[in-house]
Amino acid sequence: MPLSAESLTKQFIRESKNANCFSAVDDVSLRLEEGTVTVLTGRSGGGKTTVLNMMSGLLAPTKGRVLLDDSDIYSLADKELSRLRNRRFGVIPQGQTAIHSLNVMQNIMLPYTLYNERADEDTLKRAEELLERLDIAGLSASKPAELSGGELRRMAIARAVIKKPDFIFADEPTGDLDDENTKTVFEFLRSAADEGAAVLIVTHEECAAAYADRVMKMASGKIV
Amino acid sequence: MNGFKNLTVKSLLGKPVRTIVLVLLTALLTLTVLDGSLTQTSLEKGIDSLEARLGADVMVVPYSATTKQKFEDMVLQGSTGYFYMGKNYVEEISQIEGVGEVSAQFFLASASSSCCSLPVQIIGYEPETDFTISPWVKKSYGKKLDTYDVVVGNDLNAFVGDSLYFYGVKVNVAAKLEKTGTSYDTTVFTNSDTIKELIRSSLELKMNDFVDVDPDNVVSCVLINVADGYNPEEVTNNINLHVKKVKAIQTKEMISGVADSLSGVSSVIGILIGAVWVLGAVIMLLAFTMSVNERKKEFAVLRVLGASRGKLASLVMKEALLTGIVGSAAGTLIALVVMVGFGGLIEDLLGLPFLLPSAGAVAGYAAAAIVLTIVTGAAAAAVSAFRISRIDTGVILRGDN
Ligand SMILES: Nc1ncnc2c1ncn2[C@@H]1O[C@H](COP(=O)(O)OP(=O)(O)OP(=O)(O)O)[C@@H](O)[C@H]1O
Ligand SMILES: [Mg+2]
Repeated sequence: MPLSAESLTKQFIRESKNANCFSAVDDVSLRLEEGTVTVLTGRSGGGKTTVLNMMSGLLAPTKGRVLLDDSDIYSLADKELSRLRNRRFGVIPQGQTAIHSLNVMQNIMLPYTLYNERADEDTLKRAEELLERLDIAGLSASKPAELSGGELRRMAIARAVIKKPDFIFADEPTGDLDDENTKTVFEFLRSAADEGAAVLIVTHEECAAAYADRVMKMASGKIV
Repeated sequence: MNGFKNLTVKSLLGKPVRTIVLVLLTALLTLTVLDGSLTQTSLEKGIDSLEARLGADVMVVPYSATTKQKFEDMVLQGSTGYFYMGKNYVEEISQIEGVGEVSAQFFLASASSSCCSLPVQIIGYEPETDFTISPWVKKSYGKKLDTYDVVVGNDLNAFVGDSLYFYGVKVNVAAKLEKTGTSYDTTVFTNSDTIKELIRSSLELKMNDFVDVDPDNVVSCVLINVADGYNPEEVTNNINLHVKKVKAIQTKEMISGVADSLSGVSSVIGILIGAVWVLGAVIMLLAFTMSVNERKKEFAVLRVLGASRGKLASLVMKEALLTGIVGSAAGTLIALVVMVGFGGLIEDLLGLPFLLPSAGAVAGYAAAAIVLTIVTGAAAAAVSAFRISRIDTGVILRGDN
């Protein structure tokens, strides 16, 4: 089942300009199909993060809808939308996003603990496998403060996919990583799509195109 | 395994110093509120108890006993002393207009030398006329006191069945009184026959300050209840006007000095409780605001992972409740240890009648202090909880790292 954005517009208040309102995203439509990787590139300030946030249920659009199973996710109450994000969306935000009081394994299991869900045998096995695949198996008991930037990013990826989400959103997942780490991350996201997920990657990396089914470019709030 | 609660504990343990400070602060708040209010109540109960024990409208003592503050100190501070006036005064006083019930009392202080087991105040009453002490003795000892029987105050180191010696005379402890919080807790009571024996013996041993008194012809103090239709003030004035060399004192008047200092101490304690409470609330407000601000990004991450706004708020509240419960439990424990362990010291320090309420009432105060502390902490945290629930995930995650 695809997730489709229909004519998404997001206006922000900006007092420094003459008009006190400007459109960060202007009439953008986008479909995320299962089993595919969509890459969104473009100049800084073009509105990519804003689109990703709206599609992942974190930012209500000013106009337009985000349809999942034929209903607008923003028509749901916050509680239901949150539950939906927890179950079916996996978001890898920009920057470092570890919870510092928890170790790596506990961070990865957060989508479960957040709803008091008991992780069964299979889930724990899946967590171990993810750590192996992302090459951070030896760090599962370490605290985030002891990890490098690349290791933290891979931890965030494992956390985003632990519940096998239908939709994966990655906002510049390789922003501060070296070439080798960049390759690992893109390969991992590609394989997640091959296993059935719909993946949206916002990135500046040229090489991302090699892993994508579709590449789109944004400028001044529009897809070009 | 409760994952979310686990997260609460983890984030508290993740910042041990801040958590310890918060717990200590909460404990201090409970301690102040509980011990402060217990002290206030104990003082109030003490003065009620004192009023009940005095049990007479007017007391008449030799004039010399009042000039040196001796009598008031004996009643209020628990110092020991004795003085005598002729027995004829009892008759004379009972003739005064407005005087109703009349009963004489006899005082003696035991010495600290080898002749006496304990240095205490001894009060003798006349069983036939007494209306102040015997009703109260009856509560602990159903029978009439025989000669050489004594009843001891609750704080004295003597127990039923013990024998005590006063000026070489052996007396038996027939009963121990319940606690009153007044000077009566360190007093020994006897009937008039017994105390006359003790006075006689002290005179024979030349250990009495008075040399030429005849125990059968003196009394120390006359207690009076006024007759119906008269008020204690006018009866007091009548006696002072018509009877020479004695001083009539209205018991209300005597207590009013104590009541004044009590209300003084009580308001100081009240101000102290208020100040600590306001200070505690402000510090908690700041602590929770800082703690949540510091972790804004972590809360945004939880939101990205599917936490609802309500869940973020409840996480903050759970941290506050957990510190509140641990802190106020610790505070209550310390408060009770202080109160029970050092109650006597507080009593001595304040120099006011002091009577702890019953265990049940103390438990009630403890529960109220715990609830007040937890509610204060929760209210302080609620501000941060509300703010974090309004969080704009997009804006926060945008900020570099
Ligand atoms: N909460 C906000 N309030 C006001 N303006 C905002 C807000 N969020 C984004 N903007 C503005 O909207 C525009 C698009 O922002 P967005 O973050 O989507 O860009 P981007 O394409 O992700 O850029 P980059 O590649 O640098 O991450 C920018 O001009 C930004 O300043
Ligand atoms: Mg961006």
